[in-house]
Amino acid sequence: MTPVRKAFVRGLIAALPMTIVVGPFALLFGVVATEAGLNLFETMLFSISVFAGASQFAALQTMQENAPALVVLATSLAVNLRMVMYSVTLAPHFGSLPLRSRALMAYFLVDQSFATTVAEIDRRPEMTAMEKRAVFFGAVVAVAPLWFLACLVGGMIGKAIPPEYALDFALPITFLAMVAPMLRSVPHLAAAGVSILLSLLLAGLPWGTGLLIAAGCAMATGAVLDRWIEARG
Amino acid sequence: MIDKSTFWIVLPALALGTYAIRFSFLGTLGTRPLPGWLTRSLRYTAVAVLPALVAPGVLWPPATGGETDPARLAAALVTLAVGVVTRSTMAAILAGGVTLYALLATLG
Repeated sequence: MTPVRKAFVRGLIAALPMTIVVGPFALLFGVVATEAGLNLFETMLFSISVFAGASQFAALQTMQENAPALVVLATSLAVNLRMVMYSVTLAPHFGSLPLRSRALMAYFLVDQSFATTVAEIDRRPEMTAMEKRAVFFGAVVAVAPLWFLACLVGGMIGKAIPPEYALDFALPITFLAMVAPMLRSVPHLAAAGVSILLSLLLAGLPWGTGLLIAAGCAMATGAVLDRWIEARG
Repeated sequence: MIDKSTFWIVLPALALGTYAIRFSFLGTLGTRPLPGWLTRSLRYTAVAVLPALVAPGVLWPPATGGETDPARLAAALVTLAVGVVTRSTMAAILAGGVTLYALLATLG
């Protein structure tokens, strides 16, 4: 096997455990989207064109609350801002590759492909850019087809699930489950605390604007505390 | 129910915006480092947005007409607690789901 092919297999294998979360998450998206009134075509178009689970859920939720398009966009794009960091981190490793290669990688830049690639580069820093790209796409092959397929299945079974199953609450539970493991430092905890408190206090504001104010203040709280702790050394 | 005209505005804008975020540095190979305040803020986007997105619905669920529901509230708290302790998203979802169904079944 060539080194590039070996790298591809390493990426694929390293990302396999992540399918345990990706599959059910995508299934849930398909179900929730069709319950919210999207048809199968719209659900799939959404998943294929945006391809970012958390922000797709955020968009669904705010659209269901009849927020105006601008608020929906601000909220869901804010969820994706972490990917700027991913893009910054990966850029120096792939500069020698052609633009079309990097443009394709950008589409597939998700939590799983990023985490796998960074971990593997950390383990084998001597890899060439082509090997690193192969690791990246190995991870993509492990999670992306599953994401689309599970979305499709979820979209097809969505309408068949009766309200007694309390699927309205699948979304809050999923988001809380995503946030909880991130609460690993004082600034993270403080940001989450401000986020919850202000969103409850401002819940009466129209069109989800309370959410935007709460999220903005929470982000600032995290950043300010982060800086303060770092300055104290 | 989702308003379809909102959906058709959001879909292309969100798709393009998300792609632009991903392409930003990888595609243009911007070599200048981001300013410190920006990297610091980006670190906290997820924990700032996601809790605010769910907190009102946890306390006042639309499914019960906005009345606080012990089963849903308990499920949310269990999800959070298990996620913090185990550091596993999947374990937290399972624990929250089991709590929700168990309480909905017993409390009616």
